[in-house]
Amino acid sequence: MLGASLALTCTRGAVTTTVNVKGSDTMVTLAQRWAEAFTAATPHTSVQVSGGGSGTGIVALINGTTDVCQASRRMNDKERLALRARTGSDPIELVVARDGLAIYVNTANPVDEISTTQLKDIYTGKLTNWRELGGPEATIIAYARENSSGTYVFFKEHLLDGADLAAGTQMIPGTAGVVNAVAHERGAIGFGGAAYAVGVKKLKVRRGAEGPAVSIDLSTIQSGQYPLARPLFFYLAKPATGKVKAFVDFASSKRGQAIVSGVGYFPVK
Amino acid sequence: MAPSLRFPPPVTRLSLKRHTASTGPWFSWTVSTNGGTISRSLQSSLPSSTSSASADRLGTANGRLNLVPPPRWHGVAEVMLKLMAFSAIAAVALIFIFIAKEALPLLWSHEVHKEVTIGKMWTAQLWPGYDEASHVWQPVSDIPKFGVWPLIIGSLKVTFVAMLAGVPVAVGAALYVSQFAGPRLREIVKPAIEMLAAIPSVVLGFFALIVMATVLQDWFDLESRLNAVVAGVALSFAVIPVVFTISEEAFRAVPRSYVEASTALGAARWQTVVRVVLPAASPGIAAGVALGLGRAVGETMIVLMASGNAALANLDLLDSVRTIPATIAAELAEVVFGGGHYTVLFFLGAMLFTITGVVNFSGDLIIQRMKRKLGVAA
Repeated sequence: MLGASLALTCTRGAVTTTVNVKGSDTMVTLAQRWAEAFTAATPHTSVQVSGGGSGTGIVALINGTTDVCQASRRMNDKERLALRARTGSDPIELVVARDGLAIYVNTANPVDEISTTQLKDIYTGKLTNWRELGGPEATIIAYARENSSGTYVFFKEHLLDGADLAAGTQMIPGTAGVVNAVAHERGAIGFGGAAYAVGVKKLKVRRGAEGPAVSIDLSTIQSGQYPLARPLFFYLAKPATGKVKAFVDFASSKRGQAIVSGVGYFPVK
Repeated sequence: MAPSLRFPPPVTRLSLKRHTASTGPWFSWTVSTNGGTISRSLQSSLPSSTSSASADRLGTANGRLNLVPPPRWHGVAEVMLKLMAFSAIAAVALIFIFIAKEALPLLWSHEVHKEVTIGKMWTAQLWPGYDEASHVWQPVSDIPKFGVWPLIIGSLKVTFVAMLAGVPVAVGAALYVSQFAGPRLREIVKPAIEMLAAIPSVVLGFFALIVMATVLQDWFDLESRLNAVVAGVALSFAVIPVVFTISEEAFRAVPRSYVEASTALGAARWQTVVRVVLPAASPGIAAGVALGLGRAVGETMIVLMASGNAALANLDLLDSVRTIPATIAAELAEVVFGGGHYTVLFFLGAMLFTITGVVNFSGDLIIQRMKRKLGVAA
């Protein structure tokens, strides 16, 4: 609100430059905080942040309708080709924050840790009972995000090696919906941002069957020990100049990274 | 009360009177309808013989009747009203054309055929990594899979539950309100039920997701919290007001004479209701059910929130389901413009549009036939 009103008053004196940021829903809150702080400190600038998902943002970048694309996943080859076909160059990729995908279970579930192999088996439908994970005799109810979300794509590519999720996996629009479902259902398991995990238990995750069980926190994510960590990106179609460069630099600055921690994600370094 | 569907049928009477007065004969005529009465009178100084001259004087002679042409804006207003009516029709046509246009590349585009063909959508496929040929909806995948049967079965399951739960309640309530409730009670119950239609579907969905799902799971010890039953019951709240309103109208449209004749023959009230009123109103109920069905098939938000959206192709009502409208709503935001996935979603949209269009149209047709049969101008 502050940023918007400031931009408005500035238009009287000089031309206001607008920086468009579009993409991942996961990153909308983060980008908005950046935008507020940035516009408050930079006169004659407004930053417009919109969501829609990483895919939407990348398409907007390819079509040239946004300056900055925020994405919770890497651009794939098809998208890179499409961008190169339009601009003649590869996109510029910047890691601006890190996110850890937490694995949620119901607080009544006695299971405390899980391996990436077991996770894969659960979500591809091979593991169906908590007994096989040392838990009680209960069917595993698997929740996932809708297939339009970057979280879904990250999970599918990073953890399932591209395999399809079992047909019985319930698809919920929004991480808050997944958390709510897991909080209400004893046999449930779900995944999403660590910041959303209210009223549910976060499992420790082992890499492979043998790795150490690592809980999700700042140090394990930055060190790469936690198996389900992901970088959050800014993509640019061409080298940034002017206000766009100022905004992107601001996101990576010390102040920008402090904002990252403020909204529940993890700073890059 | 006259047999009616909400309004009494229009009645038009024209009466013409000839008066004899010292100044000569003068006429007065009255057009009365149930919408109001218009009277005109005029005076003629001529005797009863008519000629072109007298006709002319009839119109303008002594100012008792002014045959002034209507002001021009009447015509303009009529044209504007016509435009409004036709713009709504044009909107329907244009929307359908747009949706169909986006779906058509499915038939001939080579680009789209690399990902999906109509044939692959409807038949079981042996996909890599699967043990047997199956119908799979996995549109975001290295090999996208667009088997539509899980979605169609999902839609049918939820709709079935919604109709099963909603129709008896709606028709029962309509029967009570129209046949048994006193006027004062009716004034309370009818608007209250129709208030259900005023609840935004996202609120119904939210309620189903947070409250109903938990309650039903606790009561019946269900394995899956979100399933076709939860979504269907929530959906029935959207269906009930539609079916109720039309059924109630149908019951009240049954001519009084039918009921009176039945009572005169010594039938008890219940006998009259079951043997006379119910059969007479049945086409109207059928129309209400058809319109409710259209509402249920097309409803998006409730099922998106309360069904769990797992694309399973089985007939178990306690499993999670993924419906066609929810699929479109969840996936369309993130598809590549003009790609295979985009085209398939528009194809599903066109299919849905056709189904709801046919269902609603047949509902309207039944209503019109019923009105004609009961001697009420439609």
